[in-house]
Amino acid sequence: MIPDPPFALLAELTHRCPLQCPYCSNPLDLERAAKEMTTEEWCGAIRQAAALGCMQVHFSGGEPTARPDLELLVSEAAAAGLYTNLITSGVLCDRARLKRLAAAGLEHVQLSFQGTTASLADRIGGHAGGHEKKLAFAQDVRDTGLPLTANFVVHRQNVHQLDDMIGLAVLIGAERMEIANVQYYGWALKNRAALMPSRAQLDRMTGQVAATRERLKGIVTIYFVVPDYYARRPKACMGGWGRRFLNISPSGKVLPCHAAESITSLTFDTVREKPLADIWLRGSAFQAFRGTGWMPEPCRSCDRKEIDWGGCRCQAFAITGDAAQTDPACALSDDHESLVLTALEDASTGGDDFVYRNFRTAKVLPEF
Amino acid sequence: MTERVLLVADSVPRLAPHRRLRRDPLRDVWTIQAPERCFMLDDAAHAVISRCDGKTSLAAIIESLCASFPDAPRDTITADVTHMLQDLIDKGVVAA
Repeated sequence: MIPDPPFALLAELTHRCPLQCPYCSNPLDLERAAKEMTTEEWCGAIRQAAALGCMQVHFSGGEPTARPDLELLVSEAAAAGLYTNLITSGVLCDRARLKRLAAAGLEHVQLSFQGTTASLADRIGGHAGGHEKKLAFAQDVRDTGLPLTANFVVHRQNVHQLDDMIGLAVLIGAERMEIANVQYYGWALKNRAALMPSRAQLDRMTGQVAATRERLKGIVTIYFVVPDYYARRPKACMGGWGRRFLNISPSGKVLPCHAAESITSLTFDTVREKPLADIWLRGSAFQAFRGTGWMPEPCRSCDRKEIDWGGCRCQAFAITGDAAQTDPACALSDDHESLVLTALEDASTGGDDFVYRNFRTAKVLPEF
Repeated sequence: MTERVLLVADSVPRLAPHRRLRRDPLRDVWTIQAPERCFMLDDAAHAVISRCDGKTSLAAIIESLCASFPDAPRDTITADVTHMLQDLIDKGVVAA
């Protein structure tokens, strides 16, 4: 069966970032600057993604504005007919640059916040002065006339600020808000004991989100990601493996999702060596968990198998050591009970110290 | 935006800034590209959205649709179009 074309490209332009968030979705093996694709290579990948069927490109990282050629890449994407989105920490981009990006065809900005007070946010992001810069950047985004999404990754150490996060999103004129519980792969898995919310915190935030959605209907759209460990059924991760999205790493590795490299049993093709269409249609990593043929029981006979597509392969690998197992987030998984116990234990006994995400603590030291 | 916009007969709906109506040649379908969202439009939805030009009122849009689809009851068209556009306003895709 020929797979449907992808809808969107997540372009992780670089792993360099001034922030060091302990739940970063980048792999533990951060790719150093010297391995990053050139402007021409990225332009080629962007054109190929558009030809393959992508309609949107999300420029991400690391911090994508660390690439001085971002304007060129946005312009290339817009020319290829892609709708462009910048996913940024907002600490490296001044007003003049933002204007240049808008002029190049940027359509939307997603800005991350680590909290609502400088003291907490800067400690979580590991970057002094970051929060203040983000507030200034948010104002620049609104002044430029670009739609803004405020992204809040929530966890045990900042969820008490949820009401203030919602207030901040309204204050800065965000049209969308993401309240995303940490997903535990890579760096976040390393820091799970410091991040895992309690069951009571989850229940409280779920109630807050429901009430706020009603109150802010037509003003701010809220996208809510629940913590997997407390779920009954798994999320439809990436809308299904190799079904809607593709991700390109700074060095050109093509991944079914941004965390896929945590599955060490897979090998990934790169756009430096193969056409993107070949990788999407026939690449071994994409074929490994595409569709439903790979599923074990109880997934194979589950009536939700084409709703959640078996949940998250990275999580299955992280918890069971086998990426083809049932996602332990599913209550039907043999591993679900121990997953919940792990969460409860982390939430009650874990300390607050982080292993920060940076090149020094990365698994493989960069060769500078 | 500080208050929810509620559609009335003389509202003039249009795509919100930075939302793009695009034909996807590969899938042979009209789409709206919006922040972190993509809406695939069926023929009926496209007939509505393509009339949201920022000059035509909701009442006039419904008039035009009734003329183009004479077999559909006016009440049904009015209810469906109002419901669809209010939903897209609430999602930030359409402004009015």
